Amino acid sequence: MFEKILIANRGEIACRVIESAREMGVKTVAVYSDADATAKHVALADQAVHIGGAAPADSYLKGDVIIRAALDTGAQGIHPGYGFLSENPEFVEAVEAAGLTFIGPSAKAIRAMGLKDAAKVLMEEANVPVVPGYHGENQDGAFLAEQAEKIGYPVLIKAVAGGGGKGMRLVEAPADFDDALASAQGEATTAFGNPDVLIEKYVTSPRHIEVQVFGDGTNAVHLFERDCSLQRRHQKVIEEAPAPGMTAEMRAAMGDAAVRAAEAINYKGAGTIEFIVDGSDGLRTDGFWFMEMNTRLQVEHPVTEAITGVDLVEWQLRVASGETLPKQQDELTITGHAFEARIYAEDVPKGFLPATGTLSHLEFPAQARIDSGVRDGDTISPWYDPMIAKLIVHGPTREVALKQLERALRFTDIGGTVTNVSFLALLAAQPDFVAGDVDTGLIERHIDALAAQPVACTKARSVAALTAMGLMEMVNGAPKPILVLWSPMTHVIDLTHNEEAITARVTVHDTADFTVDLGEAQHHVTYKGGAWWVDTTKVLARTARNGDELTVFWGNGYRFHVVDPLVREDAEGAGGNVIAAPMPGLVKAVFAEAGQVVSKGDRLAILEAMKMEHSLLAPRDGVVAEVLTSEAAQVEDGAALIRLEDEEEA
Amino acid sequence: MSKLQSKVMTGSDDFAANRAAHLEMIETVREAAQSAAQGGGEKSRARHLSRGKMLPRDRVAGLLDPGSPFLEVGSTAAHGMYDGAAPCAGAVAGIGQVHGQEVMVVCNDATVKGGTYYPMTVKKHLRAQEIAEQNNLPCVYLVDSGGANLPQQDEVFPDRDHFGRIFFNQANMSAKGIPQIAVVMGSCTAGGAYVPAMSDVTIIVKEQGTIFLAGPPLVKAATGEVVSAEDLGGGDVHTRLSGVADYLADDDAHALALARDALRHLNRTKPTTVDWQTPEEPAYDPEEILGVVPGGLRTPYDIREVIARVVDGSRFDEFKKRFGETLVCGFAHVKGCPVGIIANNGVLYSESAAKGAHFVELCSQRGIPLVFLQNITGFMVGRKYEAEGIARHGAKMVTAVATTKVPKITMLVGGSFGAGNYGMAGRAYSPRFLWTWPNSRISVMGGEQAAGVLATVKRDSIERQGGEWSADEEAAFKQPTLDMFEEQSHPLYASARLWDDGIVDPRKTRDVLHLSLSASLNAPIEETKFGVFRM
Repeated sequence: MFEKILIANRGEIACRVIESAREMGVKTVAVYSDADATAKHVALADQAVHIGGAAPADSYLKGDVIIRAALDTGAQGIHPGYGFLSENPEFVEAVEAAGLTFIGPSAKAIRAMGLKDAAKVLMEEANVPVVPGYHGENQDGAFLAEQAEKIGYPVLIKAVAGGGGKGMRLVEAPADFDDALASAQGEATTAFGNPDVLIEKYVTSPRHIEVQVFGDGTNAVHLFERDCSLQRRHQKVIEEAPAPGMTAEMRAAMGDAAVRAAEAINYKGAGTIEFIVDGSDGLRTDGFWFMEMNTRLQVEHPVTEAITGVDLVEWQLRVASGETLPKQQDELTITGHAFEARIYAEDVPKGFLPATGTLSHLEFPAQARIDSGVRDGDTISPWYDPMIAKLIVHGPTREVALKQLERALRFTDIGGTVTNVSFLALLAAQPDFVAGDVDTGLIERHIDALAAQPVACTKARSVAALTAMGLMEMVNGAPKPILVLWSPMTHVIDLTHNEEAITARVTVHDTADFTVDLGEAQHHVTYKGGAWWVDTTKVLARTARNGDELTVFWGNGYRFHVVDPLVREDAEGAGGNVIAAPMPGLVKAVFAEAGQVVSKGDRLAILEAMKMEHSLLAPRDGVVAEVLTSEAAQVEDGAALIRLEDEEEA
Repeated sequence: MSKLQSKVMTGSDDFAANRAAHLEMIETVREAAQSAAQGGGEKSRARHLSRGKMLPRDRVAGLLDPGSPFLEVGSTAAHGMYDGAAPCAGAVAGIGQVHGQEVMVVCNDATVKGGTYYPMTVKKHLRAQEIAEQNNLPCVYLVDSGGANLPQQDEVFPDRDHFGRIFFNQANMSAKGIPQIAVVMGSCTAGGAYVPAMSDVTIIVKEQGTIFLAGPPLVKAATGEVVSAEDLGGGDVHTRLSGVADYLADDDAHALALARDALRHLNRTKPTTVDWQTPEEPAYDPEEILGVVPGGLRTPYDIREVIARVVDGSRFDEFKKRFGETLVCGFAHVKGCPVGIIANNGVLYSESAAKGAHFVELCSQRGIPLVFLQNITGFMVGRKYEAEGIARHGAKMVTAVATTKVPKITMLVGGSFGAGNYGMAGRAYSPRFLWTWPNSRISVMGGEQAAGVLATVKRDSIERQGGEWSADEEAAFKQPTLDMFEEQSHPLYASARLWDDGIVDPRKTRDVLHLSLSASLNAPIEETKFGVFRM
């Protein structure tokens, strides 16, 4: 076994590898960029080496610097994690040339699987089903129709030179083939100057099911499948194991195929064979085809760990240090069902826009496994993937595990940035998903419902108002005592939530006895029996405050902004219609003309006074109504020079 | 420190009867206070709101930290006076916290006769300033007042403790480094104009606040000049041209936020003059005060039952327990603040008075604030007591109480009659705060005694002339005196006239004492120099 390894990665996977290594008594070396100097993976490791700038190309992709770091720190092996250099055969060769062990497959195996077309040929030779199709040079119409018949309808006709859907036609029945071919070729000629097409089987209800394999260079086993059908633009969102609707025959067929694939390239380490599966009519042993192989540990490996009880990183280290496979196929079994949800800093309603921010609050439910590369107070930087954590649950059945997943997401409290947590929670309760009726188009079909911005109810708003005022503070385990002599006082606070303005009038009757008047609703908030109550509802909410930002976690993370009453529209700037001379002087230049549309801050004239040139700026957006002065005019203090009007008036 | 042991049975009929009696009295005060808090009635409130103004209590709330206590002074001031025309004396005053520091707030109520100053308004404003000055508390004036109430001008303008004293106080407090901040949220006319003008920092609400020595009608009458209130003394004029105000606010809420910000920049720290301990709840529930104290003043009870429900852990280090037993003296803590408690437990004798003087000396020496729990029918009378010099001993106690420099907080928990009031830090002895319970009574002597004295004099006179006076005639003669004393000794009557700072719910005694002590300790404790004790 290794004495010490270097992890050529960052974030959750670096932390994940460090944890298993530590369990095994293996020392760890982290590497970090400028942006990650105080990151969690650095804090966790026994040693840490700075490897360059924040941009991945300046640090995590610099193989030579990383190898140098390993040699300098005396690490014997390099674990690549996923992404970055994990599937780079040149890096593998360089690592080995430096006398170190690459904890992963050989450069040859990576290369074999790296070129997609070559990999398919290789797989066909190994008797692994690949998506049927004709990729040849014969473009004769009758010949292509024959090929289509052989492949089996429906089929896709695709332009060889194509992209972006141009020159692509879906053909449902043989009768439509000729017309579709003609139109595809025509479009391909126009778009690419090349009429050549290829024909592929069209999978109507495609599911993404992958099989985890593990090889020791000679033999391989599979650790069953994962279903990763819930995707958004080819990004996996929620993964599960085993796949819903999986049968023993299908599992055996896919598993055997995956093992054949791995053994065909003498695979060593953890790998994943991705299959596209026709889910239109249940899972059938003739309905899965090889897509590609990922020659590394996958992001979603924890669901496999959950159902098999295997620590895949431990296996990686053991096999890389020369051991044979820790378990044979018949020793591997499935227990229960597991889900993984990927929690990202991203703005779901804005098209899953990646977000950044400082995690002012980070709390996860204790009942779930959390693989995370960040801690409370850490920053999601724009340099890397904005993943905050992977949340993994494991239950006795799919139904139970899915309930656990939803509940765990509802109790995932992240403040300081927008996240996709509420999207994930909605997805976890999506009826088709709950029924196990999944395919890769599910999210896109239901995107409007799933991406809805969660809107806080008036009870959550009440909690936000009281929290913003500090009235729900606890002192020694009891609500902060408040003295009211005879007459209750009413405090007013302004908040915004999803750009909606909220005014809350909070009347303090006594300690932990408040009325919150939101206009649309009134709530009575009290504390009894060790809990806060809004009317008859027990407050299970958690809150996090960071400056003017406040998040109420109550089913969803509802973000509020506390309006600072001191921040006002600049009165001088907002209202003014007349631009007046600030002091007596000479009008040096006039840039404005009547009827001209101006924006706030535009320079309209220059006044020379006291040997200085003063620019007169538009105080707001508008239209120049009239110019009341002219160049070279001597004007008095306060003289009106230019008058503005609103665009509608003009 | 020994823990007091209550001997009261909380399940007894007496307990329940006492509690019921107190609850009724508390309810009477609550109704009076809450009605006063409404200010000038529904109509004028609606008119006030329609102008975009906040109601006075909402202004106070907007200034203070949410959840801050508000130790209101004179919450039933002018109750029953001026035919009920000036609820709460037309102004809200009290101590609250802004950014955690204690400040005195005085807020005019423009819904009450345009916020004009009745005599009691002046008295309340001056009392608030007196508290601020004695206790070194920054002052915030939320101004919205038409100045002196003209029909009452003789009771408002000319005398020393009338309107002009407000500005005298502002100048002198400012001179002592006690910040004076004004927020002009409405009119500030004539003499009233000096409130903002005399302040260290002044904020004015645009198109709402006005400051001028003479309003538009007076200007027109005097010089013929026609000018609008806004052009004469609005926020724009005063922040841009005259410099009378320093900050221009968009509206009430903005003005209050600016005032809060101004208070953030005072650079003041509260001195630490006493050894604060970690606060602890009393071992006996303060709620039980209502049951342990008899509803009427005639029934004696052990004042330690009250102390046990006020002080931390019910722990009380009783001083000279076996001497002068009618005055209970001892050390304790109220929410962590060390205090010396002096509490009546019967009529004052020579020994009790001497013991009281001794204890005041001790606390003064040590800089421990004094809390007086006053329930006193007076000093003992009679030949024996006069002969042993009870006046001499009483004078010792009065001298000690009058001249000590430690903060004194007085709570009237029962009767306050005669010279006992003096020895127990009545109003004339300038306690920092004086609070009363709803069951308390204050007068020169009990109504019965007064009527009795008058009846005795009358009977003597009738009988000297050989006349006869029947018991019925005597009863009829006594009744008006009894009625008068009953009315005038009632805490609402007393508090209306600001003989005290307000009536408090007995259950909140501990909180009120704590807030009073805390406010007092903003001022450093000076060294005491006692007068000559008649030995």
